[in-house]
Amino acid sequence: MSAVPDEPRLLDAGEAALVVEFGSTVDPAISDRVLALDDALGADPPEGLRERVPTYRSLMLHYDPLVLDRAALVERVRALAAGTTERTTNTTLWTLPCCYAAPHGEDISQVAERTGLSPDAVVATHAGATYRVYMYGFAPGFAYLGGLPEVLAVPRRASPRPPHPANAVVIGGGLAAVATVPMPTGWYVIGATPARLYAPERDPSFFVGAGDLIRFEPVDAATFDALSAREAAGEPVARRWESRT
Amino acid sequence: MTALVIEAAGPGITLQDGGRHGYLRYGITAAGPMDPLMQATANRAAGNPLDATAIEISTGGVTLSAEGGAIGLALVAPGFRVALDGAALPDRVALTLEPGRTLVVRAGEAGAWGYLAVSGRIAVAPVLGSTATHTRSGLGGLDGRGLSAGDRLPVDEARSGDGAPHRLVTPWLDRDPRVIRVVLGPQDDYFAADQIAAFLAGPWTISPRGDRMACFLDGKPLTHAKGHDIVSDGVAMGAIQVPGNGLPIVLMADRQSTGGYPKIATVIGPDLGRLAQARGGARIAFRQVTVAEAVAERRAEGDVLRKPVARKPVVRTDFASDFLLGLNLVGGVADGRA
Repeated sequence: MSAVPDEPRLLDAGEAALVVEFGSTVDPAISDRVLALDDALGADPPEGLRERVPTYRSLMLHYDPLVLDRAALVERVRALAAGTTERTTNTTLWTLPCCYAAPHGEDISQVAERTGLSPDAVVATHAGATYRVYMYGFAPGFAYLGGLPEVLAVPRRASPRPPHPANAVVIGGGLAAVATVPMPTGWYVIGATPARLYAPERDPSFFVGAGDLIRFEPVDAATFDALSAREAAGEPVARRWESRT
Repeated sequence: MTALVIEAAGPGITLQDGGRHGYLRYGITAAGPMDPLMQATANRAAGNPLDATAIEISTGGVTLSAEGGAIGLALVAPGFRVALDGAALPDRVALTLEPGRTLVVRAGEAGAWGYLAVSGRIAVAPVLGSTATHTRSGLGGLDGRGLSAGDRLPVDEARSGDGAPHRLVTPWLDRDPRVIRVVLGPQDDYFAADQIAAFLAGPWTISPRGDRMACFLDGKPLTHAKGHDIVSDGVAMGAIQVPGNGLPIVLMADRQSTGGYPKIATVIGPDLGRLAQARGGARIAFRQVTVAEAVAERRAEGDVLRKPVARKPVVRTDFASDFLLGLNLVGGVADGRA
């Protein structure tokens, strides 16, 4: 664990975005600071603040500099960052059904080979962990998850594999992810969830936020199909649990 | 129903409004125009809100007609060749497209992007609050894709223009493409002072392989002082990342929301369009400005767009180069080869 500085670094990304940087590594303590500031600004956003983008280690604030003066934004950020070091919202835990079996867990045997675990142990290890949503990025609804057990920390592929289907559950480079949109990937596809973390036509289009926790619950292929049908009919299959921090 | 019909379209012609804002935190790219000032100018001239849905025209070119009624149009495409039923028009023009007539916009001697705004509203359904097309994720516009021959764009509350075509007077779009202004950072501390100086001085050559996602620069590679991998953080439009090969990449409208290379500088908002309009082979350099200077520039841009766009009757000298080129074609090229 690296130390988390008290004062974030403020870095300009042009005249309409400010990066509030709490560290340079992937670290739950840094992420907590990022998300605490994100919560605080979200609860009472200054006029002219257009977007807040939490990442592993920083919060990027896109703003309209003709409405919100940089100095005013900086003052607000400094005050909030000093006074808010813990998240103010409840922690939400989601249970996502996940089918690791064929045809969904396409790359499980490759992961087994690279880790020395049996395919069943790969599944049990992945499904036994609790993950934290660090951030979204890369593609619509692509959720980067921390908390992958060390034994599953396989490096990403040197070159991408062919496109995976929507809502693939993937691991690579010491992280886990849910890859909502089909695309070629350097990650390993070990399963799929019938839950759609991203559905542009649905309201809300996204329901899992940065900072939320996720567990995967193994289901067989027949159950996956049944749950997919329910999800498609508008009945969410992800289950939500909430606890006060 | 009144509609704009796409008779022919090259690659890269898309519908864009002001962009899909508010979802970057979920990995949704804003998209929106490559040249925001030019798109806003076209909308202003058409009497629309500045961020209304317009057609972004690439060098692939587009041919259009009207169906069901006349449609007033404002076309702003400096450097492109424009013709109505074969008769040349200025590259910035307000006109009324009547059914049965054909408007052709093709790449000319300059310019990478042009904008066609409709007096009325291009009626496509917004996705996540916006009609901006992001083809990589299949969002917005017409089924998330570029326009192609046979597409019909319904136009609500279509207004026809006032008679003969008029030239639009937009001197603020005559921008010098050779110097692009930047604010240093957010990761300029990944580079030594001499590398920052080398980055600013260039010169950099715009690579022809750019698109709506990124503008690639060729030149003498930069070196990193602290490695070329960072833990991913947010990416603004105009962010200039320097990957391992040392050649800068400017991230444009269709960029991903986050990225893992150090960003040496960020192109200021008012200069994004200037850069976007530079074609492959163009040479550029960068100039460092302060945030305050960039904001002042933005304010000046806003002031320009508050005024109506002046119109002048079309005169022959407005498209002299087209005429000359036409004469050249008629001249003795064949004789020369014989």
